[in-house]
Amino acid sequence: MSLALETRWSRLANFWADYRQSRVAVVALVVIAIVILAAVLAPLITPQDPYNQATLDLAAARLMPGEIGPGGYVHWLGTDAAGRDVFSAILYGLRTSLLVGVLAGTLALMLGGVVGLLAAYYGGRLEAVIMRVIDLQLSLPAILLALVLIALLGQGLPQLVAALALAQYAYFARTAHGAASAERNKDYIEAALSTPLPAMRVLFRHLLPNALPPLIVVATVQVANSIALEATLSFLGLGLPLTQPSLGSLISNGFQFLLSGRYWISIYPGIALMLTVVAINLVGDQVRYVLNPRRSR
Amino acid sequence: MISFFIQRLLQAVLVVVAMSMLVFVGVYAIGNPIDVMIDPASSQALRESLIQRYGFDRPLYAQYFIFMGNLLQGDMGESFIYRLPVFGLIFSRLPATLELAVSAMLIATLLGIPLGIWAGYKPDAVSSKVIMGVSVLGFSVPTFWVGLLLIMGFAVELRWLPSGGRGPVTELLGMKLSIGSWEGLSHLVLPAFNLALFKLGLLIRLARAGTVEVMSSDYVRFARAQGLSESKVLGLHVLKNISIPIVTVFGLEFGSTLAFAVVTETVFNWPGMGKLIIDSITVLDRPVMVAYLVLVVVLFVLINFVVDLIYGQLDPRIRIKAAQ
Repeated sequence: MSLALETRWSRLANFWADYRQSRVAVVALVVIAIVILAAVLAPLITPQDPYNQATLDLAAARLMPGEIGPGGYVHWLGTDAAGRDVFSAILYGLRTSLLVGVLAGTLALMLGGVVGLLAAYYGGRLEAVIMRVIDLQLSLPAILLALVLIALLGQGLPQLVAALALAQYAYFARTAHGAASAERNKDYIEAALSTPLPAMRVLFRHLLPNALPPLIVVATVQVANSIALEATLSFLGLGLPLTQPSLGSLISNGFQFLLSGRYWISIYPGIALMLTVVAINLVGDQVRYVLNPRRSR
Repeated sequence: MISFFIQRLLQAVLVVVAMSMLVFVGVYAIGNPIDVMIDPASSQALRESLIQRYGFDRPLYAQYFIFMGNLLQGDMGESFIYRLPVFGLIFSRLPATLELAVSAMLIATLLGIPLGIWAGYKPDAVSSKVIMGVSVLGFSVPTFWVGLLLIMGFAVELRWLPSGGRGPVTELLGMKLSIGSWEGLSHLVLPAFNLALFKLGLLIRLARAGTVEVMSSDYVRFARAQGLSESKVLGLHVLKNISIPIVTVFGLEFGSTLAFAVVTETVFNWPGMGKLIIDSITVLDRPVMVAYLVLVVVLFVLINFVVDLIYGQLDPRIRIKAAQ
């Protein structure tokens, strides 16, 4: 037991030693940590709750960044047309965006992972049909699928998460299938199958952990994609309403003021969105690089 | 070649039929279109007559067959909102979207492939690192956000280009296009560049990966040993060998460019098909939704089909494998 624990730790240490070779990737990781911390602690560090109508003051509407509002504190990033402090709105928006991204990513990972594993494990006609559907779905862009699903499911947080997960699970299914197919014919799986263990146990205890690294890479990138896709849908007016804002709805809300020069209402939420998405992608890139078994050491 | 062709054609038709069923059932499942079409306070008799007129009282499969029958005759029904034939409505918006998508693909190809080859040819140069950085940005930053930045930079601050709309159009090749006048062209630049960014990132990465691989191959070494100039090596051997993945992606991505045009069209207020579908989703205009989706699926299948054929032409191994 202690040996297993020890190897697990040393593996993690090895991983970190490889990971921090890229300074950009380390910075990206720090950015993600800050973003998550800021989102979680939003109620503690923001000067106002931007969606509590009682705290909004129309006299504070459209203040420039750095101006002091009637609340007596500085609006570092200005205020929007309803007098919302943009900085506070961004942190609350981050919460929604991260929640949607992580939920949709996890759901897609589970759905796609199971579908891909089952296809690789059972093979035959089931595999042929599943992979045909997956290929077809992969040939359609995710934004289009998400649009259709939103149209079918309606608007709201659970519907949005479901639509994003359904639009993206195919990537996981393809990856899980590829990794599991390669493992399926190896001796240790044959050995496990020759014991009286139930097939499901072999599938999830032995096959899954070995098919996991590529799935983790896809998962990081897909969380970023979910966040970006959600923002896009909200910008198009098909995502979350302003009462439950994500970064996308904030940007959309500020868009109409952009042409009149009040850039801060939509540009700052956009910068937060961009930082988050790019940081996650950079981390995903580095994890892919470190986990790649063909990488020359 | 003929059997390869027929086999792919049959597959393509099957996919279209299956997808049209899915789309029809899916769109059918959302809400009652009657509620969208008429004032809830209107009389029961009017409701009944409309339900009868549009055939909503019939079973689902009957509605599907009527829809397919009409579709094959080029009739996709009438928009609930515009009260116009859907086919004409969508096709009147098609040139705008096509022009945008084609311009975007052109920008992405003409910039992306040379930049990618350069980045693969000199992987350690600073310029290559910058190129790859840009490609990561094009990849991961949401399109609509870049669109906003472009508007802010070039339209609001610098005032070089218009912030949206399509501007004047001129009749070219039977279509109303913007590229006929400077004014129209200036309206096209920002949205086309915006739409191109994602593909640009993709093409740079593809061209670079291909070039890195090809540069270390034996035939490049021999070509150099033969005394061929570097530009000949790149233009002849490298370009040819990286062309297969690029043609595939180019073909497949053309479809997704049409789909992503939805976003760019909304940002730049470009009157194309994308804006039409967003509007029709918000107001539940069922015929427009069904027609658009079926059309997009047909388009995608068609593109896949053509790419398969070109693929077979470019790489004889695939043709032979398929024939066996």
